[in-house]
Parts: sequence; C-alpha cells; structure tokens
Amino acid sequence: MTTYQEFIQQNEGRDGVRFSWNLWPSSRLEATRLVVPVSCLFTPLKERPDLPPVQYEPVLCSRANCKAVLNPLCQVDFRAKIWACNFCFQRNPFPPSYAGISEVNQPAELMPQFSTIEYIVQRGPTAPLIFLYVVDTCLEEEDLQALKESLQMSLSLLPPNALVGLITFGRMVQVHELSCEGIAKSYVFRGTKDLSSKQIQEMLGLTKPAASGQQGRPLAPQDAAASCRFLQPVQKVDMNLTDLLGELQSDPWPVPQGKRPLRSTGVALSVAVGLLEGTFPNTGARVMLFIGGPPTQGPGMVVGDELKTPIRSWHDIQKDNARHLKKATKYYEAMANRSAVNGHSIDIYACALDQTGLLEMKCLSNLTGGHIVMGDSFNTSLFKQTFQRVFSKDNNGDFRMAFGGVLEVKTTRELKVCGAIGPCVSLNSKGSCVSENEMGIGGTSQWKVCSINPSTTLGFYFEVVNQHNAPVPQGGRGAIQFVTQYQHSNTQRRIRVTTIARNWADAQSQIQHIESSFDQEAAAVLMARLGVFRAESEEGPDVLRWLDRQLIRLCQKFGQFNKDDPTSFRLSESLSLYPQFMFHLRRSPFLQVFNNSPDESSYYRHHFVRQDLTQSLIMIQPILYSYSFYGPPEPVLLDSSSILPDRILLMDTFFQLVIYHGETIAQWRKAGYQDMAEHEVFKLLLQAPLDDAQEILQTRFPMPRYIDTEHGGSQARFLLSKVNPSQTHNNLYAWGQETGAPILTDDVSLQVFMDHLKKLAVSSSA
Amino acid sequence: APPHSSQPPVSTAYSAAPPPSYTQAPPPVSSAPTQPPPSGPAASQQYYGSPPPPSQQPFNSSLPPTSQQQFTSSSVPPPPSQQTLPPSSYSGPQSFPPSQPPFSSAPPPTSQPAFAPGPPPTAPGSFPPRAPPPSSQPGSYPPPTSAPSCQYPGPLPPQQQPPPSQPFPYHSGPPPPRAQMPPTSMAQSNHLPPGPQGPPGPPGPLQQPPSQPGMQTGYPPQQNGAFGQVRGPQPGYAGPYPGQPNYGAPAPAPAPAPPAQKRLDPDAIPSPIQVIEDDKAKSTEPFTTGVRGQAPPLVTTNFQVKDQGNASPRFVRCTAYNMPCTADMAKQSQVPLAAVVKPLATLPPDETPPYLVDHGEGGPIRCNRCKAYMCPYMQFIEGGRRFQCGFCSCVTEVPPHYFQHLDHTGKRVDCYDRPELSLGSYEFLATVDYCKNNKLPQPPAFIFLIDVSYNAVKSGMVSIVCQELKTLMDYLPRENPEMDSIVRVGFVTYNKVLHFYNVKSSLAQPQMLVVSDVSDMFVPLLDGFLVNVNESRLVIESLLDQIPEMFADTRETETVFGPVIQAGLEALKAADCAGKLFVFHTSLPIAEAPGKLKNREDKKLIGTDKEKSLFQPQVGFYNTLAKECVAQGCCVDLFLFPNQYVDVATLGVVPVSTGGSVYKYTYFQAQSDQERFLNDLRRDVQKPVGFDAVMRVRTSTGIRATDFFGSFFMSNTTDVELAGLDCDKAITVEFKHDDKLSEETGALMQCAVLYTSCSGQRRLRIHNMAVNCCSQLADLYRNCETDTIINFFSKYAFRGVLNNPTKAVRDTLVNQCAQILACYRKNCASPSSAGQLILPECMKLLPVYLNCVLKSDVLLPGADVSLDDRAYLRQLISCMDVTETHVFFYPRLLPLMKLESGSLPVAVRDSEERLSKGGVYLLETGLHLFLWVGASVQQELLLNIFGTPSFGQIDSSMTSLPVLDNPFSQRLREIIDSFRAQRSRYMKLMVVKQEDRAELIFRHFLVEDKSVSGGASYVDFLCHMHKEIRQLLS
Repeated sequence: MTTYQEFIQQNEGRDGVRFSWNLWPSSRLEATRLVVPVSCLFTPLKERPDLPPVQYEPVLCSRANCKAVLNPLCQVDFRAKIWACNFCFQRNPFPPSYAGISEVNQPAELMPQFSTIEYIVQRGPTAPLIFLYVVDTCLEEEDLQALKESLQMSLSLLPPNALVGLITFGRMVQVHELSCEGIAKSYVFRGTKDLSSKQIQEMLGLTKPAASGQQGRPLAPQDAAASCRFLQPVQKVDMNLTDLLGELQSDPWPVPQGKRPLRSTGVALSVAVGLLEGTFPNTGARVMLFIGGPPTQGPGMVVGDELKTPIRSWHDIQKDNARHLKKATKYYEAMANRSAVNGHSIDIYACALDQTGLLEMKCLSNLTGGHIVMGDSFNTSLFKQTFQRVFSKDNNGDFRMAFGGVLEVKTTRELKVCGAIGPCVSLNSKGSCVSENEMGIGGTSQWKVCSINPSTTLGFYFEVVNQHNAPVPQGGRGAIQFVTQYQHSNTQRRIRVTTIARNWADAQSQIQHIESSFDQEAAAVLMARLGVFRAESEEGPDVLRWLDRQLIRLCQKFGQFNKDDPTSFRLSESLSLYPQFMFHLRRSPFLQVFNNSPDESSYYRHHFVRQDLTQSLIMIQPILYSYSFYGPPEPVLLDSSSILPDRILLMDTFFQLVIYHGETIAQWRKAGYQDMAEHEVFKLLLQAPLDDAQEILQTRFPMPRYIDTEHGGSQARFLLSKVNPSQTHNNLYAWGQETGAPILTDDVSLQVFMDHLKKLAVSSSA
Repeated sequence: APPHSSQPPVSTAYSAAPPPSYTQAPPPVSSAPTQPPPSGPAASQQYYGSPPPPSQQPFNSSLPPTSQQQFTSSSVPPPPSQQTLPPSSYSGPQSFPPSQPPFSSAPPPTSQPAFAPGPPPTAPGSFPPRAPPPSSQPGSYPPPTSAPSCQYPGPLPPQQQPPPSQPFPYHSGPPPPRAQMPPTSMAQSNHLPPGPQGPPGPPGPLQQPPSQPGMQTGYPPQQNGAFGQVRGPQPGYAGPYPGQPNYGAPAPAPAPAPPAQKRLDPDAIPSPIQVIEDDKAKSTEPFTTGVRGQAPPLVTTNFQVKDQGNASPRFVRCTAYNMPCTADMAKQSQVPLAAVVKPLATLPPDETPPYLVDHGEGGPIRCNRCKAYMCPYMQFIEGGRRFQCGFCSCVTEVPPHYFQHLDHTGKRVDCYDRPELSLGSYEFLATVDYCKNNKLPQPPAFIFLIDVSYNAVKSGMVSIVCQELKTLMDYLPRENPEMDSIVRVGFVTYNKVLHFYNVKSSLAQPQMLVVSDVSDMFVPLLDGFLVNVNESRLVIESLLDQIPEMFADTRETETVFGPVIQAGLEALKAADCAGKLFVFHTSLPIAEAPGKLKNREDKKLIGTDKEKSLFQPQVGFYNTLAKECVAQGCCVDLFLFPNQYVDVATLGVVPVSTGGSVYKYTYFQAQSDQERFLNDLRRDVQKPVGFDAVMRVRTSTGIRATDFFGSFFMSNTTDVELAGLDCDKAITVEFKHDDKLSEETGALMQCAVLYTSCSGQRRLRIHNMAVNCCSQLADLYRNCETDTIINFFSKYAFRGVLNNPTKAVRDTLVNQCAQILACYRKNCASPSSAGQLILPECMKLLPVYLNCVLKSDVLLPGADVSLDDRAYLRQLISCMDVTETHVFFYPRLLPLMKLESGSLPVAVRDSEERLSKGGVYLLETGLHLFLWVGASVQQELLLNIFGTPSFGQIDSSMTSLPVLDNPFSQRLREIIDSFRAQRSRYMKLMVVKQEDRAELIFRHFLVEDKSVSGGASYVDFLCHMHKEIRQLLS
C-alpha cells in the first residue's frame, strides 16, 4: 500500500479534498477524543484539465430526501438495471437512457477514477455574465486616472456578450445609463438615504408601470437584458463606456479643510444590489466595488467626515469606542445576504493608504464569494495586475470564475455535517445529514457560493454520530458526496459531483492507524479556520486559549511520554509539524491584531478562509528560501538564525514577497560588484531570488506585495516579524554571535513554546 | 391751492367741487347756478354760458372759492376739493343752488357731467330734472323721497333714456324738462374748468342728445360739458344727465331724482374718462416732489418727475397726501392710509435713476436709535457735528469723514452734492455687514426648470422654451449693457422625476442626471450645473437642441411640482447664491412626491362659506417651502400651461411668497399663444431684478407701517422679505396711527430695500416720502388719490377672501367706502339735502372704481370663470402697482375711428352704450387686449385695418393685425405696440366682432355695465352707494 502521503496527494489531485483524518473513528465518543474533528478542505472547482465534463444529466437517487448522485461507490445490478444508493440504500432503477449498461459498458460516473465528475445540464435559459462596476470617484487625480485605465482595459477582457454596468459614487451615487446616444444619462441617488430595493427599482424605472412611462425612447421589450438600460452587452457599449469612463471626474463637491470627502459607499452598494436584484435575480453577476477610502456618509458609514476623528482602530473596537461599527456591519451584512440570495457576488478593491472600512464591509465578499483586494493605490502594479488576474482564463479560454454555486453535502448515516467555513452562506436546508452541532456556518447541508474560482476552498466539518455500542462493520466505509451546481463562465449550468469514502477504524484497536492517517497540514488549516472563524466573534485571547487547549489535548492524546517528564515527550511523524504550525498560527495576523488595523485583519482573514491548503499553509507558516554561493537555493527554517550576512532570503507569506539581502550581500551590491564582469556569479545570485519571486508573482491572486530589502532596511521588518525569534535581545549572548540576527521582541520563540507545550502535555494535572 | 386754481376746472366733476385747489376758482364760472337752469333746456345752455359770471354765485360764491362747486360746493370747508356733489344737491332744498351747483349749476361751469344741471337756482339739485318735478322745486330733483329708488334704475327707467339711446347721453336722459337741470352744471364743475364750460355748448353737439327729446340740448351741454364738453367730441361722455342723476352720480340729486327721472343719466355721473383727461390737461409741467403733501398727477397721465426730496410717484404713491393728525380722525374718515411702493420701478429715459452713494467702509450713515438712513429729513445741528433724526428725533454724531459745515440756513454746504441729502430716492452701497453670513454675495443664478411630460411636449411648450432660451441666454439682466451678465444659468427638466444637466464648458455633450428620489430632493451635481453662459454656450445650445428630441416620444403624464422647486432651491443653496427659478409647468402635480395635490375644484363651493378654502393652498408643504426659498433668496417665477385645473392657489404659493410671478396660459397652443408667452418670458428674464431683498419701512413717530400687501414673505412684523424683487413688483403698505402727528412736521416715511443687484452688488435702495398732516378732515379729503385707494382696497379685499366669504368681503368694501363718503358728506360738505350725493372731488371716481373691484372675477365670479383664474388674478393683483390696478379694474377703451399720429384718441367709458356699431375700438386691461369691430363698420376702416372689405371676412382668431401699408394700420399697430410696451405682461390681441360669441368675453370688461355674473352697473351701484351713505348719515 502506498503511504498516506501519496494517498492524500492522490486524493487531493483527483477530488480536491484533504481530510484531517483519512481513517475515521467509528464512534462519536472516539471521534471527540481525537480533538481534531473529522473534517476536510474541499476545492469544489479544482482545475481538472483531464476531466472532460459529460453532456448529460446526473442520475439521482429517487428518495426524496436523498437525491444523491449515482457514483462509483454505488452497488449496481447490471442485470436488473438497478443501482443502490450508497447513502440511503434506496434501490433505484436506471433511467431508460442507461438501458445499454453492463459491466463492460459503464457510464463514466461509475468508474472509480471518476469519483469527481462534471455534468453539463440544460436548464432554463442561459444568462450572460454580468459585471457591474461600482466606482468611487473621491480619488486623487492620479489614482482615478489609473483606475479608469484599469477599468477601460478590463472591458477588453470581458466576454463580448457579458453585460456591464457602471455606478459611480462620491457624495452622490450615479447609475449610468449605457444604452443612450447623445446626452449621457445617469440616475442619481442621494448618498445619505437608505432606500429599499423596491424604491431603487422604482426610481430607476425598472418596475413595470414606470418602465412604460419612462422618458427616453420606448424600450425594446424583447428580453430582460434590453429592458435594462443600465446593463448592456460589452460589445454594444464598449465605445460608449470607454468614453464614459474617460470622462469620469473626481467627485466635484468641495471637500473643506479638515474633512474627508463624502463617500456614499453604502448607498452605492445598495443601489447596485437593488439594481441586480430587480433585473437579474439568480444570475451570475459580479459587483465590483472600487474604493479609495472609507464610507463617510449615509447608511454604512464607517467614519464621519471630520478628519480629526480617526477611523476606528482595534483599540477603539476593544474599548467599544467604534461608533459606527455595529450599525455599518449590520447594514453590509444585510446587503451581503440579499446579494447572496440572488447569487450575485461582490468584490471589493480597496486602495488607500488609510483604512477603507473593510472590517465592516468584509462580509460583502465573504458571504458572496467575492474578492477583496487591498492596496495602497490604484496606481500600483499590485492593483493593476491583481485586477487583470480576476479576468484570467484557463486553457479552454474560459474565465476562472463560476457563479451562483450551490454546494450540497450528503453523508452516509454515520456522519453528519456540522458546518462549513469559507466564502459561502447557508441555504438553510435541513436534512437528515445535518448535525445539531454547528461548526462554522452550520445547520444546513447546502451552501451558496455566489462566486467560485478554481482555488476557492471550503472547510467542511463533520461529526461522527455512530454510537459507541453500534460498531461499524469491519471494512465499512463512510462516504461523503459533494454536489456543486454552478454557472460556468461560458454560461453553461454545470454540476460537479465528488464522492469520497474513507474507512472506518476502531479507535481503540487501531489508534496507530488513525494516527498515521492524520493529515497534519490539512488539520492545521482546518483548525486554523475554526480559530479564525471564532476570532470573528470572540476576543482574541479566548481563541488563542482555545487553540492552545486543543493542541495540548492532541499532544496528550497522541504524544508518547512519561507522565510529568517533559523531556520524554515524543510525537510521531504524522503529527510532528503540527505544533509548529500552531505556533506560527498563534503569531499570525489571522489571530493577532497587534500591529494590524482592523481592515488588514479582515483582509487577511478573508483570504485565509478561501485559499487552498498550500496557500493557507504559506499564510500560516511563511516559506523561507535561502540563496548563497554555497549551493542551490534551499528552504530554511523560518527562524532568526536563518538570517545571515552572506545570504539572500526570499520569504513568501502569501501577502508579501520579501527579498532580503544579508548584510554582506547588501554591501557588495551597494559596491556594485554585480556590474563587474568578474563577479558575474554574484549577479546571478542576486538575480535568482528575483526570478523565483517573479514566478510567484505571476500566479498568485491577489498579487502579493513585493518587497526588496536588505539588512537594516526599514522594510526588513516584514521578515523579522515572521521568523521565529530564536534570538532576541534577551538571549543574544547565549547564542553565538555569528549565527543569525537577533529580533527585538518579547514574543516567545518556538523553543520556548515547545517547552511549555511538552510540559503541559505531560502534566498529569492537565 | 391758489396756484392751481387756475386749473380749477378739473377738479371734481361731480362731486364736490372741484378741488379746491385748482379748480374752482373758476368755478364760479360754471356755477352757472344761477341759471335758473332748471327750466328748460335752454337753461342749460345758459348755464354754460352764463356760468361764468353769475352763475357762480350761488354756489360758488358761496362756496368758498372755487372748487367744490358741485356738490359740495357748499361745503365750505373743504372748499376746494371735494367735489362732491354739492351738498345740497338735491336734497337740498333748493338750496342747491349753491351746492348743487355741482350738478346743477355750479357745475355747469365745468361741466361736470354732472349730475345735474342743477339749475342753480333753486332747483339745482335737479339733476333729475325730471322727476323732481314734483317735489322739488328747488332741488328739483329728486325729491328726496325717491332718492332711494331713484338711484337705481328703477325709477322710470323706461322712459328715460330709452335704453337704446343711452349711448348718447343726451337724449335719453334728458327728459326734456329737467334736463335743464343743472345736471350739466354739476358735472361740469368738476372737471371742467370754468372755461370749458363755456364750451358746453359745444358739447351739445356732441351729444346729439339733443336729438332726443330735445330738451337736453340745454342740459346736455352741461353735462357733457363737464367732461365731455370740452372734449366734446367724445361720444361717450355725453350722457344726458337725465336719468342718471339718480343714482349715484349726482349723488345728491339722485335720489330724489329717481323718482323723477327714473334713471340716472350715465353722463351725469362722474366719468373716469373726464377725470383722466382733465388731469392730463393740467399736468403739463414736470411734477416736482419737493412740496410736501402735494398729490402727483394721475397714473394715467404722462408727466415728468423731478426729484426734489421726496420719492417719485413712480416709486411711491400714497392714498392720502394729507394724513389726519390723529387716529380718531383717521378712524372717522375711514380713508385708508397706505402707500404703494414700487422700489425698483423703471424710470422713463428722461428721468435719472437713483444715484449710488458709497459711504465707505462704515456703511451708510444711520440714526443711532431707529436706524433710519441718512436722508433729507435729517436735521444737522451743532455746526454739522450731529444730526437729529427726522423719524425718531434722536441725535447722532456725524462721523468725521462725513462732516461738513452748515450754511446760514442750517443746511449742509454739500447738500446738493449728496443725493442722500437732497433727493427722495437713491441707493447706498452696502457693506459686508449687510450681507448674509457676513459674506459678500455670490453672483446670482437663473435656473430653468422645464416640464417635459406629455402635455408639455404635445402643446409645443417644450420646444418653444428651448428654442427661445438659446437666444435669451444673451439677454440676462446686467446693469451695464456693455458687460456680460454675471448671472449663471442652470437647466432642469422634469416629469415625475427630475433631470439635471451638466453643461460644464469642458464637456463635448451635456450630461443628464436623473433624480428619481423626489421624496427627498437634492442636487446631484455642483460643478457644471450653474455655468457662465459664454463659457458653456456650445454645450447649452446642444442641450437645448436635444431636450425636445429626447422627450418627443414621452408618454409620461404625471408631474411633480414641490420637488422641482426644492431642486432649484437646493442648487442655489449648494452654490451659496441667490437666484431665480423659471418653472414651466403644465399640470396638477399628482405624482407621488412632497407637495402632491389632488383636484379639488368644486364649483358647488362657490358662494358658500367654504369658498375661501379654495383660495388657500391645499397643503401646507408649499408654505414651508416658500419660507426656505426666501431664506436662501430663491425667487420663483411660474409659467403655467394648464389644460385643466392645476390649483393655482396652491402652486402659486411659492412664487407669491418669494416675490416671483405667475404666468398662466390656459389651453396653450403654440400657434396662437407663442407670442404672448415668449414676450412674457423675454421680459421676465431680462427685466432688472434684485435678489435676497429685505424691505423695511420706517416712519416718523405717530404712525407705523402695520400691514403689507404684495408678493413677499414676512417672518416678523416689520421686515418684508423678498427672495426676488423685480421692477414690476409693488408693495402696498398700510399705516396706522400709534400717536398724534403734528401738522408742522408732517409724516415721514422711509422705505429701505436691501438687495443684491443683478451684478451681485449688495445695495440699499432708499425711498423717502413726506406727507402733510392735517387736523381738518377736509384737508384729508382734498389730497387723496382714488387710484391708490382702489389699489389698497383691491389688495385688502383679495387677501380677505382667503379668510372670509366673498360676500362679506364685498360688503366690507362697500361699507368702508360708504363710510368714507359719508364722513365727507357729514364733515366737509356744505349742508345740503340728505338726498344729495356729494363726493369729494378727488374721490368722485371711488364708486365707479370700487364697483369694478366688486365685480372682479375674484369677488364675483361668473359661471365661466375657473377657480384657477380667480386664484391667478388674486395673486396677480397683490403685487400690482397703481397704474396696473387702474387699467385692470377700469380698462382703457379707445375708439379707433380716427387716428392721429402723436396723440391717442380720447378714451371712452367702459360701457356698451359708448360703442358705436360703426366703430372699431381697442380695449386694454393690462392683461388683455381686444379689438372690437362694430357690425356696421365702414369698409374703408376694415380695409385699413384688416385689408379686407367685409366684416364677415375678418378672421377673429388672428392674434396680430396684418401689416398693411397705410397710415391707419401703421398707427394702429404702433398704438398696440406702445400699449404692450407699457405693460409688464404681453397682451395677446383678440379680435372681437360684434355679435360674435367672443363678444361675451369682451363685454365682461365693459365695467360700467351690468355684468353677467350679477355685478351692478355703475349707475346702479352709485345709487346703491348713495343709499348706503344716506343710511349712515341718518
């Protein structure tokens, strides 16, 4: 048998699934004792170029409350043309079209290698994709110019039949009518007034009676698309819209000294959501919000327009001093939910030096699967390239984005689903496989993910409900089926079905097996998601305590030690890295708010709960490569001891890409050795990390902040804050002078952390 | 007075003797009284003739000097003025003579139409010659008895002038016998100066009357004479005395007469035309304002004004130039004390506009206590170091920079160099202290808000407006014609949503911003909404070209209104400037929005106690809005193009409260109404206007401005706030006593208007007015101005209908008028028969004019008058000046049979009787212009005017006369043009053919006739008034 390592990778490659445990404890009691729940990271639309979608409808179990999809795990009676659902054991006849089925002539969905399969279904009319730009005009000239260019550029990236719309806002909110010639028309809303969706539609003349009487030329009543003057096919209004964008001016209302510009983000969003709601409910649409500052008026305002009142900090929030926080959050949450219900996702592109209110607005993207991109200015490659990457295409020339996803989980009867953590909302579908124990977004077996891209990854948490006294028969397998319905970017409706199964194991007799089936990377990420999820609603220290507690319990469960002898503590290989992940997680910006603004925290968390396992791990524990004359680049410990004068370090934290030149290297570089022919090698050495970095920059979304620094540089802090502070000003002299750089911090180092962990784990009193 | 005397004639026709002043002196003349007139026709003549000498005696002689003759004559007291019928008038026992004269004899001289010819002798009273017979001896007339009845027609109507005849006075009336009466005389007296009288004879001619019974001749003359005579020609006048007397006119006589005559002769009663013509005749010299207490010429007279320390009558006209000293007197007389102020009136080219005075950084010099501005009434003392305020007597230091030495008379040496020390009207440059928020004002803005709903587009209004605005952009108001106007412009169109336009100069195309959130209006843009015309010309033109196209296919029929004004207001607020909104609106705003209205026109309510509610706004929203507009200096002009009820009462609230105007084009059709609308619009856009104005009237101790009428808003009791104030707006101010006035110092008033000029300069316009004070009622009655009183009464009444049933309002007016006249009769006129109607010379037209007010559509609507029309007129009149109210209530009716260049034909009285079938007449009211064509008009005339020889071929739908190359046509069109030029609103010409259906409308303006809606004829009303007076006296 292959190793678990291989098994895991194979599974991930095929199904996009990583389970914390690859053997499942067979009873509830045992499962709880394992500390880390049975759970998985699931990437619903993992790119599978090798998986051609099939052009027919899936075959469903006929039991009304099951409706599981026929899959390789089902028992099939080829002769009787009957299959048994592996979830509910219902026996179902094959549909007529399967008449020719036999052992040698099996449909794809029955073949084991198609545990993940994608169906293209013909349901209802296909709707074009919709992109609605919501643009803040309270920007500096330069920023606005850059943004306008990016937007104009993006028009060429859209599929020609996609519908586009434009809403601009500042003190007022303007919805631009795109269909007209001659005078450019726009509908204007006051930025301070909370309008209901119905009011908005009435004011835009979208309701029936109004539509007939609206001024302007008579509307072509053929299809919905034509009747909405605000959303038009790109190919039709390309020129028009380019001009319109070109003429966009900064918000003309004067901003008095000492004031912030009045920015009606809340109303703008509300109008955008209302517009889509009224015209294209349940159609894939992206609302792309570009903001250059916080909402300063109207519903959803985050900060007043007085510059003397700074935007809320974590300190304010903890002191309950953030005046607008609750109200704004509630406002945006309501909007996010409305938008999610209609299947529209909301992206936020926030570029400003100060905070822009992401904390309050994050749910817009978090609940609808939208992106959040945070940068300093629209005039940076970070924004420009990231934005461009939103429209990246796969090998088939399709956008890497899907809309209106509904993800359903079905489990065999020993399992129930507790919840999901990721960019989704609950659809409140209570079924037999829904656990009462909620973890993440629970209480449902269906979630809506308004926008999914190939890397979107959700964490699912399960509960083993099998009672201890009713053991699963030896060799029994538990199964989980993920059914993802979505609108492909080419407007097809598709259903992707992933069915996976794992063996049950008796935790008492097979604890070693279970231990070795532990996927510590997945577990770390899944636990981290739980922690981050909690951190959204709980105090930071409580979350840390909870995480610590879980870690200690896990170590107690699986560690080998003599009671009260920390030095005897050992962890098996399958768990050995786990504590280190937890150490870095504790220090990560996902749980630590120190030194981060609330917006940054929200931003980091946003990405953390949606990226796949690899990226998530990088976020938890950044990768550090070292470049030197002494050999090929090598990964090195994320430790201050790795910071050496004659090395170049490349650190990838997902959000930042730091190239750090050691002291000596920096001096050489300054001296210009790289330009001398005889030091060609040095030049190559300098170039190597740049090339590697470039490679990462090319692929990552959002594009990381790229930092090129050196010993003593101010930007070196990005590196110093991440490495394990094994050397600090406190213990500097205990260590050799030559090895690494001391970090000026009071944070505990990994060593200290481990020492404590061991002590606690072996403690008999714990 | 003396001086005037020369003129004497004039004065009152009827009544009283001619005003003292002028007048009468001559009277004597007339007074032919002597003439025994009564008797036969012949007599009458005599009068004339004789008058001069002898005649007077009775009356005159008796009378004080001159004047009065007429009625009053007797009344010694007021010697002059009053006309009035001689007291005695008929009643008078014979005594008339004197008194009567007016009518009778006395008048003769002048011609008063008079009443009666009172045969001086005894009978003078006689107007009524006829009737009187019996009783009367003397008075002849009318025996008292009849009085009542007489008045009215009742009496014998039949006989008298046979209806038909009416036209000519003569005949009819003059029942032969009586004729004699003095009637003539009386009449004459009034107007005609003695001299004229003589002429009476001539009149005769006119009159033709003779024809009739013949008798007249005698009389006729007289009467006519009165007015007519002189003028003889006028057909109109000539009424025979006869009938009339009774009624009103001759008041005096009337009564009694009636019986006799039955009917008052229309020619025997005071004729507006006569009064107007007399005033013209005597006003040859420029009017100088330096003499306190002197009444200016009538508004119908062309005259030049020389400012010598009091404001020109073009700026301020008072009801009384001799105010009673005490509140008791004022109360007793019931004469309203009011001034009609038109602060920014345009002056004719030959008069200098007010000088602009700059007192430097400290701002205008003012009294420390009452804050009155430096003016000629400030008395410099202590060698010029201080000045004593003429209003409150407080002594204030003269600031060093303003110090100047005094000459030996106590005047500052620089008195004549400084407008504020020597003139009645001038302007101060205001400092920043006089500005809102202590900030110099921003240039004002004009915002055009155009209804683009279905009706608006369909009627052609939208394209007409857009087309016109392109041109008008070059005619925005400016002070210096050389410079570009600094007024910025903005554009909005709307139906049930609003469309704002960005017309920033940098745009290639205008941008439309739609605001559909009408419940909470705001301005969607700042930059680019209000623009300088020159900079954005191309974009504006492009916009105006596109608007009609864009909405050509609209199917939206609902409109909003409140939000439209709010939008303009918000735009001005955002731009931090004052300005004016031009709203072009078509329909009742029924779309869901603030200020939404429902159709509440309910004819059943008319005449009930609830009628008043129809004049009140149906929702309070607009009052609040108006208040906000005023605070911002946002003036609203509303152009309405209704096809049905739009609730002008409500829609007009904001315009009326912000100093704006309402223009209404019912059933607007591009073809026929375009010209009127465009001319109104042009004028409205171009006319000089001030913004964000506050008017304050200060008065000397003893009186106080207590009430104001006009288009404005008041948030306290003293400051009249006008968001906009243009050159056509007048404000009527009523004064009340709060203490005694002294004859010595008179009463002073200073009207200061703080405003922002169209060039964006903050200024104060000051008008000073000093009037005399009197302790004798007679003095009061001698220096009143009836036109101004009517202006006041109409505004007072039209405001009254908001809170009272119209009937009550009418009664109040009649009552007050009766009291005024009764007081005169009682206190000023010489004793005479109770049955005789005696009118003060300067108020002899009060009854006729008052009747016109009472019959107006507002107070007495006909069945075809819509509620909107009434509300519209009500609001319109509230800001009219005296000139406008005069012609509005008593339209000008010109016979066109003969036209001469350089002068207008003499008008005829507004009565069907005065129209000749063979004639063509032009009638103007300031709002309407009619060309009435008699059924048997001469071909030549038709050819000259219409280019067609046949009556039947005249196209009565034409709105302008064909341009024909003949002197007559040219002159006629010139006249029409000049009429239009004189009025603030363009008058659409309506051609009315006799016997045509449209004639009904025309007849409505023949205000001396009985109206279809039940309004009394002049004659009837005069009788009624007389009855009222008699009741009061008894």
